[in-house]
Amino acid sequence: MAKPLVATAPFTGCFGCHMSLLDIDERILDLVELVEFDKSPINDIKTFTRPVDVGLLEGGISNDENYEQLKLFRKHCKILISVGQCAITGGVPACRNTVPLKECLEEAYLNGPTVVDGGVLPNDPDIPILLDKVYPCHEVVKIDYFLPGCPPSADTLWAALTALLTGKDVGLPYELIKYD
Amino acid sequence: MSKNTVNIIIDGVEIEAQEGQTILQAADDAGVYIPRLCYLKGLIPGGHCRVCTVKVNGRPASSCTFPVSEGLVIENDTEELTTLRRTVVEMLFAEGNHVCPACEASGNCELQAMAYRLGMLAVTLPFLRKPRELDATHPDVFIDRDRCILCGRCARASEAEGKRVFGFEGRGINKRIAVDGEHGLKETDLKAADRAARACPTGCLRLKRIGWKVPVGQRQYDTTPIGSDIEQKQPVG
Repeated sequence: MAKPLVATAPFTGCFGCHMSLLDIDERILDLVELVEFDKSPINDIKTFTRPVDVGLLEGGISNDENYEQLKLFRKHCKILISVGQCAITGGVPACRNTVPLKECLEEAYLNGPTVVDGGVLPNDPDIPILLDKVYPCHEVVKIDYFLPGCPPSADTLWAALTALLTGKDVGLPYELIKYD
Repeated sequence: MSKNTVNIIIDGVEIEAQEGQTILQAADDAGVYIPRLCYLKGLIPGGHCRVCTVKVNGRPASSCTFPVSEGLVIENDTEELTTLRRTVVEMLFAEGNHVCPACEASGNCELQAMAYRLGMLAVTLPFLRKPRELDATHPDVFIDRDRCILCGRCARASEAEGKRVFGFEGRGINKRIAVDGEHGLKETDLKAADRAARACPTGCLRLKRIGWKVPVGQRQYDTTPIGSDIEQKQPVG
């Protein structure tokens, strides 16, 4: 039987959840035995070429690129897992949600205390367009599982992934469910 | 058995209760934990967070306000009630702006600990994302209303100390915690040593300059679920 395919996505997060995945130490050798990685920043594969079994999502949805990529992940992955508080709640980036976007940008680029010579709003066409709010992934597409944490600990990720990939129930013990 | 005792049944186990107690108090004494947020021992029960909802003779009721009487049959630890309580907690998360990773109460927060205990992995209801006011005017205490769940524990604690520093204003979705000072907390009688300043279950009303002092892993709810202290009182059944 072919190994299950896993893809991972970095949306609006800090890459901490990806780092936590690497933090499983030598168990990463077992993980490589267990799965094959498809599109992911870990192997730098940029596009989906085949159907994927599990998609791990880090970060909330804050711009048009995040949105398109999340739609793409939903289309190609059988199971989508929101990993970490940003994917699940919007997290720290979502602190901007109570302030109008225009005010946020003006404070950062025009009126902030470190702005020199008047400043300018970023307008390069290559920069993704910001959404009005930062959205948790499940407010955009259907999400199948949630692994909370900031980041979820290596043990949490390992326990959940191995359970899922070996067809067992993903029941996490108390110590492994944290929102920070 | 003295004549002031009554017997009630919680989840099929008979426990002895004192007349005049509420179901929640009787359960606490018997080592049975009923989840709760707006109840704080020693204060008049608020009865409004609904997390302590149990079924009394088949009907839902808040156990922190329901008096015991002979023969009450109570459901507490059931899947139905856990789901209901988890939904109530989800609503609190969706209504406020709770950013656990950036909150100094994380690990010591009763709201968060309750969500852990009830198995909340995500807030499945849409977030309200409404801006709320911060009050940092007091030298020793701050109010971050983003984290307020309107439990009213600060208001009841302050009233019990004869100060009435806190109260509610507004109604429905606009309800908020208000202080007895036109320009914020600094104009009130609140002192850091007051019980009211330590009654908050979340990170809303906190003492300044003590955040992050306890390392991650050693905080109150890092390894022990909320309610363990009550459950450890004595084995039930």
